[in-house]
Amino acid sequence: MEEENKVTLHGTWRSPYAKRVELALKLKAIPFEYVEEDLNNKSPLLLKYNPVYKKVPVLVHNGKPIAESLCIIEYIDETWKNSPQLLPEDRYKRAKVRFWTSFIHQQLYETMLTAMKAAGEAQEKAIKELWEKLQVLEEGMKDIFLNGTPSIISNGSMGILEIVMCSLLGPYKLQEEVLGIKIIDPEKTPLIFSWLEAINELPLVKETAPPSEKTIALLKFVRENALKSSSA
Amino acid sequence: MAEEVVLLDFWPSPFGMRVRIALAEKGIKYEYKEEDLKNKSALLLQMNPVHKKIPVLIHNGKPVCESLIQVQYIDEVWHHKSPLLPSDPYQRAIARFWADFVDKKIYDLGRKVWTTKGEEQEAAKKEFIESLKLLEGELGDKPYFGGENLGYVDVVLVPFYSWFYAYEKCGNFSIEAECPKLIAWAKRCMQKESVSKSLPDREKVYGFVLQLKKAFGIE
Repeated sequence: MEEENKVTLHGTWRSPYAKRVELALKLKAIPFEYVEEDLNNKSPLLLKYNPVYKKVPVLVHNGKPIAESLCIIEYIDETWKNSPQLLPEDRYKRAKVRFWTSFIHQQLYETMLTAMKAAGEAQEKAIKELWEKLQVLEEGMKDIFLNGTPSIISNGSMGILEIVMCSLLGPYKLQEEVLGIKIIDPEKTPLIFSWLEAINELPLVKETAPPSEKTIALLKFVRENALKSSSA
Repeated sequence: MAEEVVLLDFWPSPFGMRVRIALAEKGIKYEYKEEDLKNKSALLLQMNPVHKKIPVLIHNGKPVCESLIQVQYIDEVWHHKSPLLPSDPYQRAIARFWADFVDKKIYDLGRKVWTTKGEEQEAAKKEFIESLKLLEGELGDKPYFGGENLGYVDVVLVPFYSWFYAYEKCGNFSIEAECPKLIAWAKRCMQKESVSKSLPDREKVYGFVLQLKKAFGIE
């Protein structure tokens, strides 16, 4: 039956959360159908599949929907057991990876978004907070990885941590351009710097990244929109 | 090798309660250490340097932080008894989705209910009840979110039941009137020793909330 094992991803190129799921599916070489959603005109299917949040990404596997990118990634890892394994087998290491995934997902994302959308003092404060949190992650890398060297550098493997880092900070050079501020300083956060360099070198990451101009235009749009509504 | 399990906790914390319930369900012996959050122990700061928060689960000297991660860890390590997460990956994804929903909504909205007034409080109450109704929908006719037995979502949500009385008094509303099925579910959970022994008395929680309101200067 052609319908067996049918996988559909509802997403939008603008969403870093959808990007995470796209990366997970492609890493595991899982064939899937992609539906680009217009967030201003959401498809009836999306509303049916994610009635709680009405957001992307939604993964549909054999007609059954799953929402929330991190829930989806764990589902993918548990259902398609081929390499690469996105979360470690060892339960303690898995707990650690979940902790840092949650840190990047909640803390770094939120602060980055605030910095993107603010100006003046509010922006300065957000950027300072972002740097502080990056320092915490830098220290954390020594806890997560042996000698602080991510597995992507030692053996080229990409897991859930690399997926969330990539979706948030993969385009950091473009984010720096739009904000006019250095975010990833190789002197202050050398481990994170080399981690991101290695992630961005992966052919899969290069292939799936939208053209720089498109990303810059999106970042500028998000920023200008936010600044307009906050001063209105 | 003897398993050494320590829990750094604070009695009114719903996040700590989740871990207490999970440990009790699995029949795990552990040492409970009450933290004074105004004077955090060196152990807490050492074991959770990133957030400096409770609960912290210490298993054979190694710390696990964040309650959802702790409950999953406990379920995975002591997997032979009282499984909390379903064995089917799809059902597991759904359970994780709803646990994440509880984390996104219930704590923050509940907090707004007892810390705000007027329009802001009314908005929080409305969204709080809407969220509980969505959870009621997910529960359906099952005795527990986990089906016939206590599961992951039950463990994640039921601690807030000990705070409902405080929310009701502060918000001047009845949760049972709006969500009778959810209250029936909560009472069903409380029949289990693992839950009843892990949740503090609701009057005690209300007293604690009144103390906090005074300390923060909230009427």
